[in-house]
Amino acid sequence: MTAHDATRPAPPPAGAPERKPKLATVSLAGCFGCHMSFLDIDERLFTLIEHVTFDRSPFTDKKEVGECDIGLIEGGVCNAENVQILREFRQHCKILVALGACAINGGLPAQRNSIPLSSLLQAVYYSSPRLPHGGIPDDAELPLLLDKVHPIHEVVKVDYFIPGCPPSADAIWSVLRDLLAGRAPVLGHGMLHYD
Amino acid sequence: MSKTFTLDDKRIPFEDGQTILQAALAASVYIPHLCYHPDLEPHGSCKLCTVKVGGRQTAACTLRAAEGMAVESDTGEINAQRLALVQMLFVEGNHFCPSCEQSGDCRLQATAYQLGMLSPHFDHFFPNRPVDASHPDFLLDFNRCILCSLCVRASREVDGKNVFALAGRGLKTHLIVNAPSGKLGDTDFGGADKAAHVCPVGVILPKRRGFAVPIGERTFDKSSIADYVASRHGKRGGEK
Repeated sequence: MTAHDATRPAPPPAGAPERKPKLATVSLAGCFGCHMSFLDIDERLFTLIEHVTFDRSPFTDKKEVGECDIGLIEGGVCNAENVQILREFRQHCKILVALGACAINGGLPAQRNSIPLSSLLQAVYYSSPRLPHGGIPDDAELPLLLDKVHPIHEVVKVDYFIPGCPPSADAIWSVLRDLLAGRAPVLGHGMLHYD
Repeated sequence: MSKTFTLDDKRIPFEDGQTILQAALAASVYIPHLCYHPDLEPHGSCKLCTVKVGGRQTAACTLRAAEGMAVESDTGEINAQRLALVQMLFVEGNHFCPSCEQSGDCRLQATAYQLGMLSPHFDHFFPNRPVDASHPDFLLDFNRCILCSLCVRASREVDGKNVFALAGRGLKTHLIVNAPSGKLGDTDFGGADKAAHVCPVGVILPKRRGFAVPIGERTFDKSSIADYVASRHGKRGGEK
């Protein structure tokens, strides 16, 4: 990505009502690495903010997702809260995009999938010398863990996918640019990475 | 004038006895494949090299080329089926590229790039497949096995050792090590074996090498598998 001007989204058609598309983002069972890579679009953020309004996102700290045009989901689902938020995003976003490896195949958190959940909790909360009397937390505030970590397309319909751990800033920008211009995103060789 | 057949819009020369895939690769034309290796007998199991000949689907790695044959390969229909096959391979095993030493050198991954795979589409199996670290110099990570049988064939046909085998049937087919303990460390497997160097994915990995070549600078980071394979195999140009 060299000439940023050439990568700007197409302007809205003449006579169209002035309305910026709304963009929401969230990290479920992820590490926020995909969000960091999103921030890596650097000065292109200024171009983006001319064309979109951020709804629920770590960038705005809004807690509820409103009616949105595009939703970016980082991370898979590892607990009941993840499932609820994912369903809310699907309900409110016209276009839902899986952002990064964990949203697409469960990623690092899914490495626990071959181990029974009870064994994991035992190992963490009873075998650790630093947690001698803690027990397994069961506060009502804590979301219940799922028995396995799942990619988001196993829970809701997902419209587009941006693979990568994390996806490069250029790949994220390329997809956003295409979506805002009303095109189906295409990631060619060099932009398409699973690692 | 040598004999030829047509592959999509290209005329491919061949010698008697060559398969469609062998002739195509010799002419620097890529047909996706995972279970084929030029030094081993064809197996015809991965079905990635499926082409259409006379309207019927067949494996390009097992069908011998014939004069005047019209072969379709790089079509939307066939590539969509190849993509579905690759997606099924991804969900049947545990393919977590970011934590795999083979990422960037992996033919499954590179083939998925080639076919434009953006997601595994299907529900994941998340199978439980423990690794075998018993050998002093090699690690076996069965999570990534795609049952191509290249290691099985290499060990039998070239090394004369018979270290590996595919056991079980259907969905339960899995790679095993031929030792009473089932451990690689209890076999005569060694780094000089052909079987140590044919795995298209990240199952048979040399220890203590890891990320010596960093992610981003590996084989398929630099070129697509189509370009790479065509340049490695091609001895003469295909005729348009």
